Amino acid sequence: MTLAPETTDLKVQLRLAEEWFTVCDLSRLLPGRGVAALLPDGRQVALFRDRDGRLYGIDNRDPFGGAAVLSRGLTGTHQGRPFVASPLLKQRFDLETGQCLDDESVRVATYQVRST
Amino acid sequence: MTATLGATPTIVLVGHGMVGQRFLEALAERGLTATHRVVVLCEEPRPAYDRVALTSYFSGKTPEDLSMTDMEFIATHGIELYVGDPAETIDREAKKVTARSGQVFEYDALVLATGSYPFVPPVPNKDAEGCFVYRTIEDLLAIEAYAKSKATVGAVVGGGLLGLEAAGALKGLGLTSHIVEFAPRLMPVQVDEGGGAALLRTIEEMGLSVHTGVGTQEIVVGSDGAVTGMKLSDGSELATDMVVFSAGVRPRDQLARDCGLTVGERGGIAVDEQCRTVSDPHVFAIGECALAADGRVYGLVAPGYEQAATAAATIAADEADQLTFTGADLSTKLKLLGVDVASFGDAHGATEDCLDVVYSDSRAGLYKKLVIGRDGTLLGGILVGDADAYGTLRALTGSVPPISPESLVLPAGAGSGAQLGPSALPDEAIICSCHNVSKGTIRGAVTDHRCTTVPEVKKCTKAGTGCGSCVKVLGQLVTAELEASGVEVDKGLCGCFGQTREELYEIVLALRINTYQDLLDRYGREEARGGGGCEVCKPAVASIIASLAPTIGASGYVLDGEQAALQDSNDHFLANLQKNGSYSVVPRIPGGEITPEGLIVIGEIARDFGLYTKITGGQRIDMFGARVEQLPLIWTRLVDAGFESGHAYGKALRTVKSCVGQTWCRYGVQDSVRMAIDLELRYRGLRSPHKLKSAVSGCARECAEAQSKDFGVIATSNGWNLYVGGNGGATPRHADLLAQDLTDAELVRLIDRFLMFYIRTADRLERTSTWLERIPGGLDHVRDVVVEDSLGICEELESLMADHVAHYADEWATTINDPEKLARFVSFVNAPDTPDPVVGFVPERDQIKPDLPLLTIGHRPLEGSAQR
Repeated sequence: MTLAPETTDLKVQLRLAEEWFTVCDLSRLLPGRGVAALLPDGRQVALFRDRDGRLYGIDNRDPFGGAAVLSRGLTGTHQGRPFVASPLLKQRFDLETGQCLDDESVRVATYQVRST
Repeated sequence: MTATLGATPTIVLVGHGMVGQRFLEALAERGLTATHRVVVLCEEPRPAYDRVALTSYFSGKTPEDLSMTDMEFIATHGIELYVGDPAETIDREAKKVTARSGQVFEYDALVLATGSYPFVPPVPNKDAEGCFVYRTIEDLLAIEAYAKSKATVGAVVGGGLLGLEAAGALKGLGLTSHIVEFAPRLMPVQVDEGGGAALLRTIEEMGLSVHTGVGTQEIVVGSDGAVTGMKLSDGSELATDMVVFSAGVRPRDQLARDCGLTVGERGGIAVDEQCRTVSDPHVFAIGECALAADGRVYGLVAPGYEQAATAAATIAADEADQLTFTGADLSTKLKLLGVDVASFGDAHGATEDCLDVVYSDSRAGLYKKLVIGRDGTLLGGILVGDADAYGTLRALTGSVPPISPESLVLPAGAGSGAQLGPSALPDEAIICSCHNVSKGTIRGAVTDHRCTTVPEVKKCTKAGTGCGSCVKVLGQLVTAELEASGVEVDKGLCGCFGQTREELYEIVLALRINTYQDLLDRYGREEARGGGGCEVCKPAVASIIASLAPTIGASGYVLDGEQAALQDSNDHFLANLQKNGSYSVVPRIPGGEITPEGLIVIGEIARDFGLYTKITGGQRIDMFGARVEQLPLIWTRLVDAGFESGHAYGKALRTVKSCVGQTWCRYGVQDSVRMAIDLELRYRGLRSPHKLKSAVSGCARECAEAQSKDFGVIATSNGWNLYVGGNGGATPRHADLLAQDLTDAELVRLIDRFLMFYIRTADRLERTSTWLERIPGGLDHVRDVVVEDSLGICEELESLMADHVAHYADEWATTINDPEKLARFVSFVNAPDTPDPVVGFVPERDQIKPDLPLLTIGHRPLEGSAQR
């Protein structure tokens, strides 16, 4: 995937059960930060874009505190893998697997994301 | 009347000074207050206070601050404390003490802790109006009143420790000050001729006039009987409006003499090693009134404390735990009028056949002397102007130093000057004499208890937690021990950067690096370059870039470009995230001053948006329960009404509290509200390693609690005193006095320097209190840098602050005028008008609170990945 210029009309799409769900323009995703999307069934997804343009989607709810805020966390790289740190109590979650890096019994749902 | 003697034995303590109070504590520790009636007769109108710190009254401490007596302690232990009622006679045969009030107490054990009295030379008119002594709080109050109403010139008789403090105090009160010392040098007891010369030069540079080698022959009085001058032994006359006698003290033993107790030839109640008087087994003497078994009277508080503990142990008659007092080490390290003075061991070379090694630089006010025995043993020494080596040298006293004595006193970098590190010390050398901690114990803390930092070692061993004079040596020992044991200490900020925050700051400033990616890709650890960074270094670097923005050519707006991605969540939304995903909003209310209209605006906004309101500890108003999409609407109204961001979400200046000050208060001496507003407006928006809190009090009553702030200001009649490094919270710390009697401009300039130096050198999330404790040299070093400009960086620090002040802009005003930024303030990027359903509220006490059950719906970690 290449880094798209801000003026592009590329769309960010999420893989749901059998279709791609369009969320927003790619330009709404700031490299290194996230946004939240509301799914038709009421679930919330946190979408992220890293500095190389790769996109990630995980469940937006912080499983420790319960608030839907993971999209507002700080992202980073840990041992080569992208993660987000919850803004509530700072637990980190792997953006590719949803695995909590600070508590191996906890994992959040992940989503397939693309820009098109 | 006679107090009845019941079955309970009675201990009567005569004198309630520092040593007397320590004696009471020792009684309580041994359980004697439960089995004995304890009566205390105290002459002064107030219970025990810190006489050692007496002079700090003139730098803003109140008599209450100086108090060492916890009335709850007195009450809990059933101690009968009679204040302002001294013992007048002792009848040893009947074992009775009669107090001035006429009360009579029978005793089983009588403890005399009457202290000493100031020696006033027997010169004509020594009791004239305008003559004072320097011993009690009452003396200081009288000196202050007289200096303020009737004097412009003051003279102190005596150039010893207290004399110099007294002269400094007179100068602080605005008087032209003279010191008259009979001996040929200042501080004749502690230092020799060379040390006195170095001290003299430094003291004279401060504007004090020193007259040594002259005695006082007569106090000259005017027709009204008040002091007008002094006649000196060299025939000259010194014009002065007041005289403070501070020519030494004498043991206060009259009470003992009157009842026939043996006293020494030069005074002092003779006691044995148990602190029992040699004349009467039922009577004890401790502290400055006692002539110890080694034939000396000790005028320092530490030996007095030892005597207090010894007397209590003797009275307890606990065979298992008997103490004796056979003498004490008189080593001292002082900071007098800002000058280091230390002496230790045989400072004056009294040992037969001993030799001196002296380094003297009167231009720099330095004097260092070591006394060496014939066999090379270090016997003692004197340090003036730079006493850094005191800890190492005192510990080496009594042994043969491993390197030549010359190299021990040469300053760092001077020719062959080898620095003798503490690694040269033997394991049994005492490093912390307050808590008697040896070098071996400190090494053990590192090797056996796995401590890797000075704070950890302090906690583990108590070393360095007393007077703090050994902390520097402690740091060197810990580093040396870690290196020796092969522990590689990674001081890096995080997994991405091998540098400390301070090093990164220097890199950013020196190379004008203004993006995080540039810094990471060029200076990050090899494995982190090109990556996404982490949640530790991103906000830390964002803060450095924000602090230096105008200087390094970065945008000062924290949501601009790349900076937006680096900010902690709170800074990203310019509000404080709460547990359910809602935010709180704090507008700036400088100095805590707000108009009724301002209050109404805040009230209306809170009402219209249904927010929970609470008054904060920082004299502001916090509004809770705002949804992310409401933040721009709320701030549009706040900005319209003239409010600005309060930066409650940032590691930045929060608030400058104030009391109402001189304008309204009967006690106020300066306009504390105006100063608080000025300071808050000057430093608003300043990003720093951690939050910054401040306060300004309009008088020494300190209603604004400035001494618990990162920088606190207290008004004096002459200007402002600046305190730094205070903290409340989980680890409270009283702030330290950095400078006193500053003008408005001097105050602001010093705070500019202090804050910029802190921002430059502190670790991430390190408050000023922990920073001051951590950095080598502590407060003294900070004072050297920001007051004396020892590093020559003050101009740069001031200019960096000037840049900040000139480029400040309210980030909320900027944000509400930027549609692209405003678009980020939504719960859902694909449904901007839909609020987050998890954010809900229920009523409580007529306001709202988070609906917590909403958070627990579906709140369980999912097993495995759901969809991919």
